[in-house]
Amino acid sequence: MSKAYDEMYQDAGSLRSHYSSYSQWLESTPPEIIARKREEADLAFHRVGITFAVYGEEAGKERLIPFDIIPRIIPSEEWKVMAAGLKQRVKALNAFLHDIYHDQEILKAGRIPAEQVLGNELFRKEMVGIDLPCQVYAHIAGIDLVRAGKGEYYVLEDNLRTPSGVSYMLEDRKMMMRLFPELFSRQSIAPVEHYPDLLLENLRAVAPDHLAEPTVVVLTPGQFNSAYFEHAFLAQQMGVELVEGSDLFVAEDGVFMRTTQGRKRVDVIYRRIDDDYLDPRAFKKDSVLGVPGLFNAYRKGQVTLANAVGTGIADDKAMYIHVPEMIRFYCGEEPILSNVPTWELRKPDDLKYVLDHLPELVVKEVHGSGGYGMLVGPTSSKDEIATFRDKIIANPGNYIAQPTLSLSTCPTFVDSGVAPRHIDLRPFVLSGKDVTLVPGGLTRVALKEGSLVVNSSQGGGTKDTWVLEN
Amino acid sequence: MLSSTAEHLFWMARSMERAENTARMLDVTYRMSLLKNTIPEAVDQEWIAVLNISGLYSIYSERQPLVSATEVIDFMAFDEANPSSIFNSLRLARDNCRTVRGTVTSEMWETLNATWLEMKKLKQNGLPKDGISDFFDWVKERSHLFRGITYGTMLHDDAFRFIRLGTFLERADNTARILDVKYHVLLPSLHDVGGAADYYQWGALLRSVSAFETYRKAYRDLITPKRVTELLILRADMPRSLHACVQEVDEQGSIINGPRSSELLRLTGMLRAELRFGRIEDIISQGLHEYLTRFLARIHAIGDQINSTYFWPSDD
Repeated sequence: MSKAYDEMYQDAGSLRSHYSSYSQWLESTPPEIIARKREEADLAFHRVGITFAVYGEEAGKERLIPFDIIPRIIPSEEWKVMAAGLKQRVKALNAFLHDIYHDQEILKAGRIPAEQVLGNELFRKEMVGIDLPCQVYAHIAGIDLVRAGKGEYYVLEDNLRTPSGVSYMLEDRKMMMRLFPELFSRQSIAPVEHYPDLLLENLRAVAPDHLAEPTVVVLTPGQFNSAYFEHAFLAQQMGVELVEGSDLFVAEDGVFMRTTQGRKRVDVIYRRIDDDYLDPRAFKKDSVLGVPGLFNAYRKGQVTLANAVGTGIADDKAMYIHVPEMIRFYCGEEPILSNVPTWELRKPDDLKYVLDHLPELVVKEVHGSGGYGMLVGPTSSKDEIATFRDKIIANPGNYIAQPTLSLSTCPTFVDSGVAPRHIDLRPFVLSGKDVTLVPGGLTRVALKEGSLVVNSSQGGGTKDTWVLEN
Repeated sequence: MLSSTAEHLFWMARSMERAENTARMLDVTYRMSLLKNTIPEAVDQEWIAVLNISGLYSIYSERQPLVSATEVIDFMAFDEANPSSIFNSLRLARDNCRTVRGTVTSEMWETLNATWLEMKKLKQNGLPKDGISDFFDWVKERSHLFRGITYGTMLHDDAFRFIRLGTFLERADNTARILDVKYHVLLPSLHDVGGAADYYQWGALLRSVSAFETYRKAYRDLITPKRVTELLILRADMPRSLHACVQEVDEQGSIINGPRSSELLRLTGMLRAELRFGRIEDIISQGLHEYLTRFLARIHAIGDQINSTYFWPSDD
């Protein structure tokens, strides 16, 4: 594997110009002050309780996501291209979702094989023919970008169900401003703090019947969910109620919440519960997280769910390869952002190639997420590869493979000092009347040396992300 | 406000108040046990009384055959098997707060979370031998701090009122229990004023509810059991008295005044009126223990009524 692109230094070791101001500051600040500030950050995150639960560990255990004080900096010109690419992509994805649940033009035109959509278990037949406000399905999209090779950006995956992480983006910024206010006066850094306002505005815009004062709520599975902190945080920041399924009930005329002053109507539900658990009458019968009858009210147009039911089909890894085609079909434009080259293991030729090259590749489950159930060839042992090979052969259609991208690195504080660590970026794209996003996103960093897995559940940390303003 | 939010706020406040009052009860028993002229058997009885009054004797005796100061304090302060231990009360307060952190101020959440983190550390490291009173003081201080932050940072809306409701309902319950656990200290000598031992016992009791100086100010006289009981039951201006607590519950309840609150207000209003017009002589003549037992049952009924009025009303 060739040396990774570094965000701060050029190959010869000289500083990239957009890092010069920060670097000057870092060099002129005594190490003991930096050390103290890092401790302060740890303490503050603990006190504020910005934690997440880890599945498979002791029940209810909370862990802190490590925060690194060296920001990831993106020059203004670079961001403009990325932002345009992200908007284009999310527009196409929403158009695709509307299309496949209505006239299915893209299938009729033969641009995507129909059986891959209609035969996919993530295609929700219940959604066919339902009209949604503004024709938006993925109101909140988290698009994972990585930078490889000589620095070109790739879309690694689209997250269109309940993407999380935006609270860390906001808290990381707050923490940086609290610890190092002087940095923010040295150069102009695009603000991100208005994200909750933007989110609320978007959610209100997609209320049924375009109500003037719609009631918005955030629906959470509860405090043992790994992203509970974020659910509570967003509800508070937007000034709306955080509800659990048991707070809501469905009556003839709509969805209501139980309050101390009687029932109150709910118009838009920003739900952080998976489709399957939303409504025990429509989906999983044994779900205790959902609201009986909710899907029926949704179908009647009495309430808006964000994101819509059935968006999973569009962020499925089997559909990922078709996104550039969606962009051409719906937007009539060439994609601004590239996909990572991908092998589909359901194709015999691809399967053969991948099985022959497993040690070099990353193999992912088509429906998996969160870094669970994947093989990173170059960092896996022979035994691990052999075991995974058997799993692939047993069910090839369940996997895709990609080259192991040498993700870009960014200097990061680790035990031994400052060292380069691999990073990715998740910008959050909002769709309502328009498509909008705040500059930057969440930068995740793999803290283990050489590791390419940035997921917080697998030992990843986060960094503040700065988009410079000219 | 969401019914479930109101419920979490209510229990957050109750649990915090319970932690404080458990610390107070343990502190007074501990201090009394240190008095020179108490005999060892009597000391054990005091600790058994502490367990009885909290309804925890059976849980305790399943785990620990012997009753001793060290064991009871450990059980009441740190034991995870005891649902009312200070450790579990603080955990419950913090978990409830976490669930409604969108409703409380960030100062409130940060204070409560920091308290919980510190509590975990204290449990892990154990207390120094001479540190037990310091620990009780710490619990009280954290509770004071939390109450002050709540009062000083939170919008005084219904959410705030459910917190007050929880605080004062729990405090009414706990003051009654502290009085009950010590009533035998007061009663046998009701007509027998004086005696240094009694003086220290009553003094310790008053101190446990921060009423020692108040007593001096209010009565400017020797400490007599009758006045101690009067102060802790009937004085409306004594912040931990039964009257003051019930008055606060009644007032907060009246302001919230939801569509189904008439039965709740009837219960709190009647109890408040009885405390307002009651006489200490009548209470003593019917038996202090009997009086307090009935009082606790009524506080319990008010708790049930709050539950069915606001938290779990029959379906709309």
